[in-house]
Amino acid sequence: MSNYTENKVRAGYARRKRRAILATISLVLIAIVLMLLMLMLGNTNYSLATIFEVLSGKQIQGASFAISTIRLPRMLAGAFTGFALGLAGSVFQKMLRNTLASPDIVGVSAGTSMAAVFCILILGLSGFMVSFIACIVGLLCALLIYALSNIGHFSTSRFVLIGIGMQSAIQAVISYMMVRANQYEVTGAMRWLSGSLNGIQMKSIPLLAIVVIVFTLIILLSERNLNILELGEDLAAVLGVNLRISRIVLIVSAVCLIAFATSVGGPIAFVSFLAGPIALRLVGAGRSYAFASGLVGVILVLAADLLGQFAFSTRFPVGVITGVIGAPYLLLLLFGKSRKKGTL
Amino acid sequence: MKKRSVYVYTIVILIALCISVMLSLALGSKNIPIRDVLHHVLNASTDSFNGAIIQQRMIRTIFALLAGAALAVSGLLMQSLTRNPVADPSILGVNSGAALAVVAGITFFHISSAQQFIIFAIIGAAITTAFVYTIASVGREGATPMKLALAGAVSNGAIASLINMLVLPQAQSLTNFRHWQVGSVVGVSWDNILMLLPFLLLGFALAVYVAPSLNALALGDEMATGLGVKVKKIRFLTVLSSVILAGSITALAGPIAFVGLMVPHVLRLLFKNNIKVLIPLSIVTGAALLCVADTLGRLIAQPAEVEVGILTALIGAPVFIYVVIKSKVKSL
Repeated sequence: MSNYTENKVRAGYARRKRRAILATISLVLIAIVLMLLMLMLGNTNYSLATIFEVLSGKQIQGASFAISTIRLPRMLAGAFTGFALGLAGSVFQKMLRNTLASPDIVGVSAGTSMAAVFCILILGLSGFMVSFIACIVGLLCALLIYALSNIGHFSTSRFVLIGIGMQSAIQAVISYMMVRANQYEVTGAMRWLSGSLNGIQMKSIPLLAIVVIVFTLIILLSERNLNILELGEDLAAVLGVNLRISRIVLIVSAVCLIAFATSVGGPIAFVSFLAGPIALRLVGAGRSYAFASGLVGVILVLAADLLGQFAFSTRFPVGVITGVIGAPYLLLLLFGKSRKKGTL
Repeated sequence: MKKRSVYVYTIVILIALCISVMLSLALGSKNIPIRDVLHHVLNASTDSFNGAIIQQRMIRTIFALLAGAALAVSGLLMQSLTRNPVADPSILGVNSGAALAVVAGITFFHISSAQQFIIFAIIGAAITTAFVYTIASVGREGATPMKLALAGAVSNGAIASLINMLVLPQAQSLTNFRHWQVGSVVGVSWDNILMLLPFLLLGFALAVYVAPSLNALALGDEMATGLGVKVKKIRFLTVLSSVILAGSITALAGPIAFVGLMVPHVLRLLFKNNIKVLIPLSIVTGAALLCVADTLGRLIAQPAEVEVGILTALIGAPVFIYVVIKSKVKSL
């Protein structure tokens, strides 16, 4: 009897593991297809063969410039920001134990945006300096929210509410700068604010890549603690997780990812919000889905960017598309939950 | 004791209101002595240079008073109805809903008159509020402050993307929208205010009508039903009133955040939770607050102005955070 149960449990475990691996592999494949499509499509479409020739360093009239100067940076930026947003979003959602608590809603992205808009419109900076300052301000913002919610004793709902309050104040500052700004610069800032991969240059990619890889590693290594944190703070403390330190490490890493991704691509709406739940659904409960969330983030950003570029008569920035896709999915998610009598 | 303190407060805030109105008329990029202000107001003369300036400031002052009063009452109703300390029209998505409806109206139906703006804004605000509240009520424990705020923030995000989608291809509407979005009491005409009045009167009348029943509702739904309150009807009328008040102001002024949150909170700290008393107090306090904020906005960045919507957000956000930290509500 007990042997039968044990076998059943083992079989279930193996099945879930298979499912998780299968899901992750298919996500990787979809991401690769989208990456190639990003390189192939454009004003002139190139064949796969041409892409590989250009990537291996061969000079081809026209194609070399279009692919390696315009499409490759755009694709890489989309992939890295997508991964960063997806991963960081799932960390936030897990840590705060609420599907709706993604960093762009909790006010972290707003701080980054404010700093970036200030740099672009008022200081006239561009490139690395914008990313750097934006990243630091985003971090400070997150720390301030965290410090404020630590008055008395920390609770996730306080963290969320204070974040939303901060966001409103920051939004006001952004609007103020937008109204004061020069007419010609505003459209650019507005596009940036809605999240756009336009005009990204190759030189800003390496730093983005390094930051994303480093913090991804940190998050994946401390994931065990994250899984325990998800069980609730009291239980986590009992199980011997140092709450304060793991929370700070995770928040700092997630915020760095968000801030850096945001400073490059603008606040691409809803990616960090959608990636986690989608990944969870694909991978299945009980498995780690942080890496899969990153992959879903990549797919969302690249697919939305392709749609934004080619599906309409006007070229829309990627953030507008993800925002519009995000709204119906939000409904689906919430009403699906309500059927199962779950809580948010 | 409580009763006397209400009277004292009323007198103090009325005096403050009068002073803030006088200052609003007197101060700006050209300061006019109070004596001249009084002279011009009493004789209603517009022929001199100062008279013309006062005439202009009169419009925005009156509009600021109306907007402050309407937003404060709207917030008071929302908070009482949802028994939720963070319910503010801007958090419940009234502003962004109204914005989306107005932008959609401009793009698809080519609306241009203030009246059309107001109607579109009210419809948009109503739909969004219902939507946000429905989302937040999903699940067992109902609409907790956190779920309400998150649902509002998520919906605001989604609506912002939709607005961008409509606005980005058109440079002209982008400019208009950018200026509307900050929330300002400038650029309103007498005609607009006249247009607004019937909506506001309807909203305030509804608020006064539901006030006694809201007091009963505060005791809980069963108790209220026992006291003879038609709970569903009162809920509907309260939301309607709140949305009409906030939506119509938002249509003309753009989003002015946090007034609806701050005023009722301060008043509730000072007085008992009696809606019948809180409504008139909110009207006066909200009007005074917005009038002061508008005047302040003219002074701190001379010769330019800081729009009142930005100022209220900058003052209001710390208040909001304070409320969250101090709140003794169980679910926080």
